[in-house]
Amino acid sequence: MSSLWQLTLTRVRLFFREPSAVFWTFGFPILITIALGVAFRNRPPEPARVAVQAGEGASAALAALRADPRLQARLVSAADAPAALRSGSVAMVVVPGSPTRYLHDPTRPESRLARAFADDALQRAAGRKDPLAFEDVRVVEPGSRYIDFLVPGLIGMNIMSSGMWGIAWVIVETRQKKLLRRLVATPMRRGQFLVSFVLLRMLFLFLELPVLLGFAALVFHVAVRGSLVLLVALALLGALAFSGLGLLVAARAQNSQTASGLINLVMMPMFILSGVFFSAANFPDLMQPFVRALPLTALNDAMRAVMNEGAGIAAVAPQAALLAGVASVTFALALRWFRWT
Amino acid sequence: MQRVKNWQPLTNVTPDLAIRCRALVKRYGDVVAVNGLDLEVRRGECFGLLGPNGAGKTTTLEILEGLTEPTAGEVEVLGRRWTTDAGALRERLGITLQETRLPERLTVAEIVTLFRSFYAGGLPVDEVIDLVALGEKRGAWYDKLSGGQKQRLAVACALVGDPELLFLDEPTTGLDPQSRRQLWEVVEGLRGAGKTVLLTTHYMDEAERLCDRVAIVDHGQVIALGTPRELIARVEGHEVVEFAANGATLDPTALGQLPGTRGVRAARGGFALVVDRVHLTVPALLDYLELKGAPLERLSTHSATLEDVFVALTGRHLRDE
Repeated sequence: MSSLWQLTLTRVRLFFREPSAVFWTFGFPILITIALGVAFRNRPPEPARVAVQAGEGASAALAALRADPRLQARLVSAADAPAALRSGSVAMVVVPGSPTRYLHDPTRPESRLARAFADDALQRAAGRKDPLAFEDVRVVEPGSRYIDFLVPGLIGMNIMSSGMWGIAWVIVETRQKKLLRRLVATPMRRGQFLVSFVLLRMLFLFLELPVLLGFAALVFHVAVRGSLVLLVALALLGALAFSGLGLLVAARAQNSQTASGLINLVMMPMFILSGVFFSAANFPDLMQPFVRALPLTALNDAMRAVMNEGAGIAAVAPQAALLAGVASVTFALALRWFRWT
Repeated sequence: MQRVKNWQPLTNVTPDLAIRCRALVKRYGDVVAVNGLDLEVRRGECFGLLGPNGAGKTTTLEILEGLTEPTAGEVEVLGRRWTTDAGALRERLGITLQETRLPERLTVAEIVTLFRSFYAGGLPVDEVIDLVALGEKRGAWYDKLSGGQKQRLAVACALVGDPELLFLDEPTTGLDPQSRRQLWEVVEGLRGAGKTVLLTTHYMDEAERLCDRVAIVDHGQVIALGTPRELIARVEGHEVVEFAANGATLDPTALGQLPGTRGVRAARGGFALVVDRVHLTVPALLDYLELKGAPLERLSTHSATLEDVFVALTGRHLRDE
């Protein structure tokens, strides 16, 4: 009857007997995946909206524009044309004549696109022959969709928040209830108590990862292009780094209010800066050194590289090294500062 | 750590002592919680630290349990010292703390099994659960237990390592009378089995019933030590007459001169007379009250208790009522 086994078993029991903990670990990331996957699903390209001003030659122009699937065309009176442009209900107005005039605002991308498509359609209708033969081939690269970007980020976020809440919060609660003091009064090995939390995080990765990856693969066809073993290894390294941060936060805090404040202080910058929902590359160059130093940025970048680009171990070595560094420093500091009684 | 002169080295310690501490001091900033406390607890006895809240009982216990470092003084537990033998000592001690909350969603059996796993040797989990009469609650979650059951579970966790020495910190505080009696039976069973028990309490009836010897603690010092019987015998007069009367203001000096009376104090809205001959005092008291035109509201007599010892020593009550 090993005490490490008993301590870990206790953690497992307490986790599964706390419905909210189960929801935040398993249900919540799946709900986010569904919500964002639906919101940002890939749609067929929208046609460009154009109008033809009523007058001589209008019906011929309208017919030519309507024959092009890239365009959606309607007729407007000369009086209504400025209002239609202003409201954006059409991106350009064609005024047939000699010369035919294209009314549009070239600073707006959709206007320039509409002008190009409409000009193309009208020129061909007028008898233009294209000297170069061509063929359109539609290509959607797997791994380039938003959902492909999102899933590794959500896994990273989950590893971070379950490390912080599942370790820091629970330890501080144990201390607040004076249970830590009671445990310390037994011959329990103190190291084993802490290791049981880290072990639980490791064990749970083997539940969380299959659930999230499996769901994303089944519903959104998100694939892992690189090595699955490498992905799991990175997730484990990430879980270690955030376990260390969790222990560090729990080292001194006396009550759960302090703990939740500290947890949010650690997690909030990473939620925003580490590229969970959008790429961290969007932040100004000045901030990049800081953003790159965050463990969640490293974890997200490395997992994305493996999942979407099929990156190998050499490509993600810098991020892995950063995670290992964070893990060793935080564990060392947490053990030194931990308050037992 | 401050060395006390005349402190005998370890080898000279008599083997029948379970606890020995000398000139124990604990300061928290300006507050002195323990102020030069001496204590010797023999093996196999049930020893009580009796005193009001804030007397330093819990701090003393936590120092003896190795959870708090003393500011000064010497401590030996089972012939060993915390500074050098902490690991070995923890194997041989069982402890209940005040206000420990165990995990709500673990069962009685799971909690005792967890504690059992920390000890190299110990008792079977089921046996310990039966010992504290929680057999029927084996599979119940902690948050479904009553206060008394929680407290008995705490004792089970203290017993599961089969300790030689048990520390129980206010084991019955806040419990209803029936739960208190159930817990007393558990402690009496341990005493019968030859365990050494050190408990703190501010209930004098608890100390009188359970303890072989009692130390009365006040302001971080032991102010009296002995068997409950010896301590009570020290009160001049062995009986207490408590009464309250309406109407006229009574003069304590006049009351003190009633026949057979050895002392007077205010008590619960009336007076308590410490007497050695009740049969002389009570008729005289009734005559006196009639003379003063003060009808009796209540009158009771009881044998002197440790409470009376405490009042006689300090002029204060154990618990503020």
